[in-house]
Amino acid sequence: MQATKMNVTQAMQDLLPLNQQEELVDLPNNYPLSASEDERDSDGERKHQKLLEAIVSLDEKNRWKLAERTEACLKISELNVSAEGSGEKLVLSDLLKPGRTSSSLAAMKKQLNRVKFRKTLVLPFNKKEIEQIYREVAFNKASQTLSKWDPIVLKNRQAEQLLFPLEKEQSAFVHNELVFSGCKARTPLEQEVFNLLHKNKQPVTDPLLDPMEKASFKAMSLEEAKMHRAELQRARALQSYYEAKAQREKKIKSKKFHRFVKKKKANKTLKDFDQLCKVNPTVALDELEKTEKTRMMERMSLKHQNSGKWVRSKINMARYDLEARQAVQKQLAKNKELTEKLQVISESEDEERGAKEEDPLVLDLVNEIQMCADGPNPWMLRNCNSNTKKDEIQTFPVQVPEPVVQKFSKSEEDERSAAEEENFLEEFEERQSFGKRFQLNQETKPVGSQETKDSSSQDILYKLRALNQKFNKENHYSRKQTVSQAGTILQGQREESALEEEEFLLLQRPERIQILEELEDLGKEGYFQNKELPRPLLKWEQMKRNPNNQTDAPKEQKKEQMIDLQNFLTTKSPSVKSLAFPTAIEELEDEEERNLKQMIKEAFAGDDVIRDFLKEKKEAVEANKPNDVDLKLPGWGKWGGVGLKLNAKKGHRFLIKAPEGPPRKDKNLPNVIISEKRNICAAAHQVQVLPYPFTHYQQFERTIQTPIGSSWNTQRAFQKLTTPKIVTKPGHIIKPIKAEDVGCLSSSRLDLSVIQSITAQPTGNHKKQLKKTFVD
Amino acid sequence: METVPRPGRGPQSKKNKPQAKRKKPRRYWEEETAPTAAGASPGPPRKRKNLELGRHRQKNSHSSKKSWLSKKSQFPRKSQEQKQPGGEKKPGPQRSLSGFQDPFPGPAPVPEEVARKFCRIDRSKELPHSLPKTRSKLEVAERVEEEISAKAARSELLLAEEPGFLEGEDGEDTATIRQADIVEAVDIASAAKHFDLNLRQFGPYRLNYSRTGRHLAFGGRRGHVAALDWVTKKLMCEINVMEAVRDIRFLHSEALLAVAQNRWLRIYDNQGIELHCIRRCDRVTRLEFLPFHFLLATASETGFLTYLDVSVGKIVAALNARAGRLNVMAQNPYNAVIHLGHSNGTVSLWSPSVQEPLVKILCHRGGLQAVAVDSTGTYMATSGLDHQLKIFDLRGTFRPLSARTLPQGAGHLAFSQRGLLAAGMGDVVNIWVGRGKASLPPLEQPYLTHRLAGPVHSLQFCPFEDVLGVGHSGGITSMLVPGAAEPNFDGLESNPYRSRKQRQEWEVKALLEKVPAELICLNPRALAEVDVISLEQRKKERTERLGFDPEAKVPFQPKPKRKGRGSTASLVKRKKKVLDQEHRDKVRQSLEQQQQQQQQQAKPAGVRLSALDRFVR
Repeated sequence: MQATKMNVTQAMQDLLPLNQQEELVDLPNNYPLSASEDERDSDGERKHQKLLEAIVSLDEKNRWKLAERTEACLKISELNVSAEGSGEKLVLSDLLKPGRTSSSLAAMKKQLNRVKFRKTLVLPFNKKEIEQIYREVAFNKASQTLSKWDPIVLKNRQAEQLLFPLEKEQSAFVHNELVFSGCKARTPLEQEVFNLLHKNKQPVTDPLLDPMEKASFKAMSLEEAKMHRAELQRARALQSYYEAKAQREKKIKSKKFHRFVKKKKANKTLKDFDQLCKVNPTVALDELEKTEKTRMMERMSLKHQNSGKWVRSKINMARYDLEARQAVQKQLAKNKELTEKLQVISESEDEERGAKEEDPLVLDLVNEIQMCADGPNPWMLRNCNSNTKKDEIQTFPVQVPEPVVQKFSKSEEDERSAAEEENFLEEFEERQSFGKRFQLNQETKPVGSQETKDSSSQDILYKLRALNQKFNKENHYSRKQTVSQAGTILQGQREESALEEEEFLLLQRPERIQILEELEDLGKEGYFQNKELPRPLLKWEQMKRNPNNQTDAPKEQKKEQMIDLQNFLTTKSPSVKSLAFPTAIEELEDEEERNLKQMIKEAFAGDDVIRDFLKEKKEAVEANKPNDVDLKLPGWGKWGGVGLKLNAKKGHRFLIKAPEGPPRKDKNLPNVIISEKRNICAAAHQVQVLPYPFTHYQQFERTIQTPIGSSWNTQRAFQKLTTPKIVTKPGHIIKPIKAEDVGCLSSSRLDLSVIQSITAQPTGNHKKQLKKTFVD
Repeated sequence: METVPRPGRGPQSKKNKPQAKRKKPRRYWEEETAPTAAGASPGPPRKRKNLELGRHRQKNSHSSKKSWLSKKSQFPRKSQEQKQPGGEKKPGPQRSLSGFQDPFPGPAPVPEEVARKFCRIDRSKELPHSLPKTRSKLEVAERVEEEISAKAARSELLLAEEPGFLEGEDGEDTATIRQADIVEAVDIASAAKHFDLNLRQFGPYRLNYSRTGRHLAFGGRRGHVAALDWVTKKLMCEINVMEAVRDIRFLHSEALLAVAQNRWLRIYDNQGIELHCIRRCDRVTRLEFLPFHFLLATASETGFLTYLDVSVGKIVAALNARAGRLNVMAQNPYNAVIHLGHSNGTVSLWSPSVQEPLVKILCHRGGLQAVAVDSTGTYMATSGLDHQLKIFDLRGTFRPLSARTLPQGAGHLAFSQRGLLAAGMGDVVNIWVGRGKASLPPLEQPYLTHRLAGPVHSLQFCPFEDVLGVGHSGGITSMLVPGAAEPNFDGLESNPYRSRKQRQEWEVKALLEKVPAELICLNPRALAEVDVISLEQRKKERTERLGFDPEAKVPFQPKPKRKGRGSTASLVKRKKKVLDQEHRDKVRQSLEQQQQQQQQQAKPAGVRLSALDRFVR
């Protein structure tokens, strides 16, 4: 009310000129008009006073302060009530309150209160939002319905061939019996056939299913099976719910809750018990006894140290009573005694002990090898190793302690195998040494210099260690029983042999590679005659001939791998011995042959084919290299002019080196120049875009590597490869797929009409419902 | 690529021509061995008892029959096949309607080695991780391949014919067996395949067999050109072109004949009527015809290699070899690459779509005399003026596998369908044989030798016949070489017994299936590969156009968590964790790469690893 009044005054102020305003100032204040009773002069004074006040208040912000009532007056206007002075808030109900409380007004007050505390109604959604909500719901439902089609869609996408229009395949099969029942042999041919069938005891009617099987087939129809399945599913679901609930409850930490639950349970049992008493007193008695017994057992077990009633009371008493204290302690002691766990002595300790005994032996083995490995020659290393082992094996029966005797038969076997291994080892050593000599003999082969030896020995060491570890693991079991040194040695030996086998395999390869080179070498030295000799012999011979080559062998390491072009072309290959020689040179003697060769050599002395070729290759390589970018400009960073040389260092700085391309294909082939130029015309026929599901070109390449043409495939395969993806019947309408077509889905839920109904605008009733749900 | 055998169509036409049935090289051995093998158990080839005696007797009386001609008996293989399913017989009884049990249940087993031959998917490369969708496609592809290869392997059974061969007894050298002996031993139809044409008048002859092996064309240096059905010896045409004839070649069928004459290349039909005179190909020395591309490749004295498309009559490419006169040429039947031999000892490999040689191989110190490539495209035989005969491996390494010095360099070389190598040296022809099909012939002992009336001028093995045609200065000789040719032919592809109508149909089909000339490259399977370079280029351009890489990995966005754990700080933390992990991986990879590079640098570049390298520090 005050506010409205203020508004009114302000409006009036705006309207009236200033001098009138001043008069108006007091007007609302409604000074008592009965001031006429006062003296006239005092009146003038008062007016002056007012004016002053008004002027002062002009520059203040809040010019229109409510006037204070400074003096008492009889008549108080109801419009002019203010609580300014009192500092309290004026409550509406206070105003309504009468001086005395009247009961008639209380109800009204209550009503007023209720009005005041009632919440305002939420605005209803506007049309847009409602539509959006509808759409969301509809979408969810539709997507759920449609997701049932997913497997079918996937199947159709992956299918090799689709046949349209869709036809439901007839699953019902006709029994032989039914077919045959109507069939009777009429024509003589048919009769003959039937006769034949009967003669050979061929079953005419269906013999495959006996009545039991038939019954079992009929036992459960599809609907029944479905129902049964649904039931089972429900039961399972219920069980899982229950389990989940129990788990959830178990996890709740609140003691109060658990107490509550316990109490509930107890109450329930009590109730049950009461009922049982009424129904079957004997059983109830038994039950009672049982519960009593369990209680007693619990007490006896002293599972509860100090949670029992008695103990608690004793604890309370223990402060003052010595006896009680003792009783409590006794109780605790007893509890401790009873709850102590029995210690079971494990048997595995023995095994461990055995294993520990093993380890030093293994270590010995390794150490031994290490010691040997320090020796200069890795090849000798193996020799001495195996030798030592042999010695040990020979002394083996002596070393065997008495307790192992019962295992002796087994160890004998081992010995035998060891002997075999020995043989093998010797053989192998021979081979190795042979290989070694063979290597040494090769002029161009890198033969172990000191460093290589070291590295190789280390390599071997490493391998041995790894092997030992492995075999430790493996043989832990067996060794537990026969703790003997000999066993370990044997094992070691076995490992060794395995290792050597590996090495041997590695060794064999280079040998094979070298044979060709060697042959060429042979040719160079003019070994035409021993062509018939077996290769190993040749090698031996060669070995005998040049044993001195060993010393300078290690120097040429890198050279040896590349085929020396010169070598490769100049080597003479063995000549062919043919029965028929061309007539032109049949009479040629050896000398003449030599002369001829000399002539040829002279003829080709001028044109050095090899040098030309190398030059050509170099040019090709240069031409194919990416060019460096030279950003040098004359005069940059230096004086320019004729005859001035640019600093190489500075020139280097301005050179941008081109990135090195991929290595040439003919990098390792000295006699070949392979063009690096891309065949653009052929590339135009290649696939340039990866089709959809492939992310890498290699994946796609795999799918197109099989040719589909009929010239590469059999007719059947060709037909299979070129079957059309979709086959349609001409003149037939292809209807959209229906649930019935698929068969596996129930039809009512899957119809597209359901989706349509969802997407359609809701009717009034539906709308109301929806609104309700969303507003609440 | 192995093509699937389709022998089923062959015999049909055979029935029409009972006389022509004799064509199989095996057949004559069969009839030969039949009386001697009667009663003998089919097993290892029989040995002749008394070698010396037998040979003497031959010289005295020609009536005695030889038994050193043998063939691999079919019986052991068949018995194996029968055993195989028996071994796999399952003990479980399979009930049929009558209670009869199938002794060989299930489908017949597929011989795995044979099936592997038809598997074309290259599994050597490791595939990058693939999505489930992709994986299903890959699986389908592999399954299809397996099925198809099994089918092809099954149809191998239809290849009834087996190659024959000569076998010496007790270390007898087969090279000592003369043609006359062979002719005497074989049946009359096969004996008729050995003949000599004495044509001393018109100088050394070049010859060429048609693709079916039925027709023979030859041209003498002094202008004599003739074509005949050499099996029936029916002359198709005989003319004198009154000009030097350098080379002669059948085009796709026996109806067309290309003759490289002194000045220009001319094309005649099978009646000797000149159809074309191609003036753009002048001074041609050698001709090659690429049957699947319909290209006639000509090498000229002027140093040009010209490809003429005979189906449209257009010159596809004229390549300058820049190596002087070209007179050594061969084609690789595997990939249709032309091999040219040059006077500087190199062999260059050419494709019409590339202006420079695909590969250049230095083979000999002297100039090249002859080049030949085997039918699988694995080996190339070269002979040079340095009197050497070398066999090179064409599978990427181009290294000589074996080399021999011949008393007089081989002037002409030819590979047969089954990998026999013939070399003409002066007036002698030597033939070497490898073990098994398409294996490298070891050049130690010749399989056969034959001396001719004059120096050899041309050599070619007849397809599908165990015959080697030799053109020399004294005319033409047709030699019998047991085991030279493929015994089974594809009735639809090259049928020796086809009628005129069949030939016409084949012609249409072949023209429809013509392979474009651009596709000739070293690897004929390149079409089944993706053009990686343009793929990358496209990808790059696309990212440039879009401003971002659409296939790039999406930066990790952590899932919002509930129950008060989805604070921004934790989100950021998780994001950072993933980022750090990625960064760590990257660093680790780069470190590994650096190490590898260092190792590579430490090792001499381009050195092939040997087993002993591990000891080198």
